Amino acid sequence: MNGVPLGWEVVIGLETHAQLSTRSKIFSGSPIAFGAAPNTQANAVDLALPGTLPVMNLAAVEKAIRFGLAIGAEIAPRSVFARKNYFYPDLPKGYQISQFELPVVIGGTIPIVVNGIEKTVQLTRAHLEEDAGKSLHEGLDSHGVSGIDLNRAGTPLLEIVTEPVMHSAEEAVAYAKALHSIVTWIGICDGNMQEGSFRCDANVSVRRQGDSKLGTRAEIKNVNSFRFLERAIQYEVRRQIELIEDGGKVVQETRLYDAGRDETRSMRSKEDAMDYRYFPDPDLLPLVMTQVQIDAVKATMPELQPAMAARFVREYGLSPNIAHALTQSKAFADYFVDCVAAGGEPKLVSNWMTGELAALLNKQGFDIRQSHLAPSQLAQVVIALQNGSINAKGAKELLHAICEKQGLAQDLSIDALIKQMGLEQVSDSGLIKKIIDEVLAGNQKSVDEFKSGKEKAFHSLVGQVMKASKGRANPAQVNEILKTKLNEAGAS
Amino acid sequence: MSKNATISPEDIRRLALLARIDLSSAEADRTGQQLNSIFSLVAQLQAVDTAGVEPLCHPIAMIEEMTLRLRSDVVTETDQRAINMANAPQQENGLFLVPKVLE
Repeated sequence: MNGVPLGWEVVIGLETHAQLSTRSKIFSGSPIAFGAAPNTQANAVDLALPGTLPVMNLAAVEKAIRFGLAIGAEIAPRSVFARKNYFYPDLPKGYQISQFELPVVIGGTIPIVVNGIEKTVQLTRAHLEEDAGKSLHEGLDSHGVSGIDLNRAGTPLLEIVTEPVMHSAEEAVAYAKALHSIVTWIGICDGNMQEGSFRCDANVSVRRQGDSKLGTRAEIKNVNSFRFLERAIQYEVRRQIELIEDGGKVVQETRLYDAGRDETRSMRSKEDAMDYRYFPDPDLLPLVMTQVQIDAVKATMPELQPAMAARFVREYGLSPNIAHALTQSKAFADYFVDCVAAGGEPKLVSNWMTGELAALLNKQGFDIRQSHLAPSQLAQVVIALQNGSINAKGAKELLHAICEKQGLAQDLSIDALIKQMGLEQVSDSGLIKKIIDEVLAGNQKSVDEFKSGKEKAFHSLVGQVMKASKGRANPAQVNEILKTKLNEAGAS
Repeated sequence: MSKNATISPEDIRRLALLARIDLSSAEADRTGQQLNSIFSLVAQLQAVDTAGVEPLCHPIAMIEEMTLRLRSDVVTETDQRAINMANAPQQENGLFLVPKVLE
């Protein structure tokens, strides 16, 4: 079921680095925009020039508190920054400012669902720290050198650590997705995995079922997609089990996942593993959070996804599945709320959002925020559908035209667009009768087939009528009138 | 740490590696002796009963009740690459160049 061989148990803990979406760095006033030219967003503090001192960014602290509140964790009334010491050229100070013994967020839980079974993932902690710069080893003209870009140095991160409580790659991925949904929902991280705003390290070990002692773990570093996370863990579990079954021993080490080869490779073993020699950073005083400050952050918290989905079910009578789909992201949920506020009937709006609009966005590779269709416009389309001025086919054409910006005057109202595109539904029964008569006259074969009891022939005739009306005829009326006509013809 | 903690030549080698200090074996011996004499001082401190005393994470806290100052999330720095690069011994396309490092 979960890819774990019988007789074995897998134990997984995840450490996730979520980049906090602040404007400036955690300890300096440099910007953190992605993709800037190398070293144009690094000042004296980020370069660790002598005499510089870090000054903590309030927004980074508030975002950490938001996270703690969202997962029901304890917000430490007092937390301490520590130096994590190691040498690497993209870490100019020779240490990373992080938190060690006293993190800002303690505990908390995140619910997940795997194969229909609900489970709660217990978190250990979440702490604030700064990111390092970037080293480039390729694409340089000079030889025997590495290039250092310190734009990323000092970018605020929240490292979120779970207990070793997950038992399959699926569970780990479900947790990572749930966590991703939370951090983006509460607006503390943009969640962009390609740009490295959300990256996971997985601690993986295996043991024979029934063993009480945990197996030796390997840490898989910096996995930047859910699919790679799943495959990296699956590979690592297979590797460790095969190793033990062949009489070998798992060694504690750091491994890298190579997506191209779909395997994990040893990066460094425990023997050359770092001893980070943490100690409290004398440059920074303890971070103290009063209940008043925590309550102030609490007052700005949005309604969380589970509560909002439950409310949609309760208030609008939507199915739990649809409510879940509507709350796939905060932006998607907000769009729905805006549509309903603009007068769109909730069930119809939810159907069009999760159906046609979702498919269009998928095709365009767009986030809902990038859609050319405004929520108020979708509401107008739904209203036009309800009052019969267009049919479903017309609504679909309208959506495509607006989303794909097919040479439309964007400032036109939906009603004006319907007229411009000639999408008005034909509900004039006289006109529909005339079209049906023409179709019947031209399709004697189908009529004969229908008379001999072939139900399919009826649908074919409906299709012909809709086509003849260029898709504008009211389908319910076409069905009714066609049925009557055919029965009359059959009786004659 | 026990009262009689001593530092072994192996410890010295590892510490030197972590601190990226190149020590000759004579230097390592001398450093070992010096560190061990410091350890006897540490042993005296270790002997003090600190049960129930909260670890002090910042010396200022001994003098007055102070907490971390926070700044507003505002970008105050502009591009300073040209000045920063002026000190770099080697550069290319806006990157600082260092002797090649590989994972």
